[in-house]
Amino acid sequence: MLRAPASLRGVDPARYVVYLGFLLVLGGFAVALRNDGFLSAANLLNIVQGATPVTVMSVGTVFVLTAGEIDLSIGSVVAVAALVGAIVLRGAPWWAAAAAALLAGGGIGLVNGALVAYLRLPSFLVTLATMGLLAGVARWLTDLRSVPITDDIFNGLFGSGALFGVPSLVLWTIATVVAGHFALRETKFGAHVLALGDSAAAARAAGIRVRRLRMQVLALSGATAALAGVLYAGRLNGARYSLGETDLLTVIAAVIVGGTRLSGGTGSVPGALVGALLMEMLNNGLILMGLAVSEQMMVRGVIILVAVALTLRERRV
Amino acid sequence: MTAPALSLAHVRRVFGGVVALADLSLDIAAGEIVALVGDNGAGKSTLVKIIAGVLPPSGGRILLDGTEATMTSPADAQARGIQVVHQDLALADSQPVYMNLFLGRELTKGPLRRLDRRRMIAETERLVQALDVRIPSARAAIRDLSGGQRQGVAIARATHWASRVVLMDEPTAALGVAERERVERIIAGLRARSLAVLLISHSLDQVFRLADRICVLRRGVQIGVRRAAETTPNEIVGMITGAA
Repeated sequence: MLRAPASLRGVDPARYVVYLGFLLVLGGFAVALRNDGFLSAANLLNIVQGATPVTVMSVGTVFVLTAGEIDLSIGSVVAVAALVGAIVLRGAPWWAAAAAALLAGGGIGLVNGALVAYLRLPSFLVTLATMGLLAGVARWLTDLRSVPITDDIFNGLFGSGALFGVPSLVLWTIATVVAGHFALRETKFGAHVLALGDSAAAARAAGIRVRRLRMQVLALSGATAALAGVLYAGRLNGARYSLGETDLLTVIAAVIVGGTRLSGGTGSVPGALVGALLMEMLNNGLILMGLAVSEQMMVRGVIILVAVALTLRERRV
Repeated sequence: MTAPALSLAHVRRVFGGVVALADLSLDIAAGEIVALVGDNGAGKSTLVKIIAGVLPPSGGRILLDGTEATMTSPADAQARGIQVVHQDLALADSQPVYMNLFLGRELTKGPLRRLDRRRMIAETERLVQALDVRIPSARAAIRDLSGGQRQGVAIARATHWASRVVLMDEPTAALGVAERERVERIIAGLRARSLAVLLISHSLDQVFRLADRICVLRRGVQIGVRRAAETTPNEIVGMITGAA
């Protein structure tokens, strides 16, 4: 057996697989699609903007998984929050609509968290149930109808707008990733989340209020999912029940590939960003390659499988 | 005469109709190590939980430095200077030593209250050096340490935050001989830090090596307290088993 030198022993190779994989896929597409404008600034910007909702959700999911919990309801929260925002926007200004959407998402997360923390139910089951429940709510809210959004400020701020030439979706990506990374690495909250996912007993023995922390983490996840919903609504100039429907697995794949442990205790926000960009790049590149939807799904599945295998292989003890 | 750091007066604990601990009275002075011995089910863990604020006593009084204390939670006990070194360590394995040492009481700096890693690392290094806990680095993850080093970290953390009492529940149960000796030296060193230590151990050899006094429990009943220098392992075994 090879042993890593002492200076490298604390370094988890799995943490860096995502960056390598990202570069490999980027390089692969750059060569394969060199005549299709894959590397054009416009297309790369498209990838970042396309990945924004998944990136934003991934930031919340990093905290949830790091804390040793899971939130399966995020996809449904996206739709409910987007619809709530769009409905409020009919009779209120853009900021009230955005606030209502975020409150709805945060509130749902808080309820998830309360059920997990105080009724001691496993988050997997609680959020599995609320995922289905909220999917129903999303359909019921407008009776399957989509709600158009014509507010220019809302659509600009959360969709197609730009500040000093930087598209607003790029700014939202940067803001959530920076805030998430700071919170996880530089604050007590982040340190407690890491410890909680590592050993709930240790966290409790250290006097950390474990139940409150679990609730906060799930509320955060609901709020980031709601922000993703708002961003979808802004980009598409409207909301419908199907928004976010297929995002759950993409988010979890992005976060895990990005070096966050499914069992808790280790998490990386920059890794999740790169994971989310990787997922979107696959989408984008496979479309540009002219693959049929069925083929895209299969290739994506295989690539995610390889990425997850590479990421997790090193970590089993 | 100063009041003992920890004073238990007629403490009892009942679970349903079962008496887990009946009428225990014990004083531990600052700088003293008292061992608590007894068979499984004698009530040792119950007593530790009561002092640590995990279980309320069913009766009796607890005094800290002569002042009566009613502890309603572990956080409450910790705030009064009581720390526990758990049998199962209670360390977060993937986190570095310094984050474990400061877990729940992280040092921060600046208006954004950022974690002050440099100061936490420096304090950790100072502390492990003072206690002679030999770890490769304050930045090392707990899972990369040996069992003895982990126990050293757990004891360092407890002594750092305890101002009065350290409870040790089988601190060397999982260790090899050399590691056990190292940890015992660390425990013996706590006398100099003026902490009251209550040591639970199944090893009578260890109890005689470390303790100033020995308190024997049997089925929840306090059989007696002996000065280690004035008793023999045989007498203690007799008290534990009830054979004498």
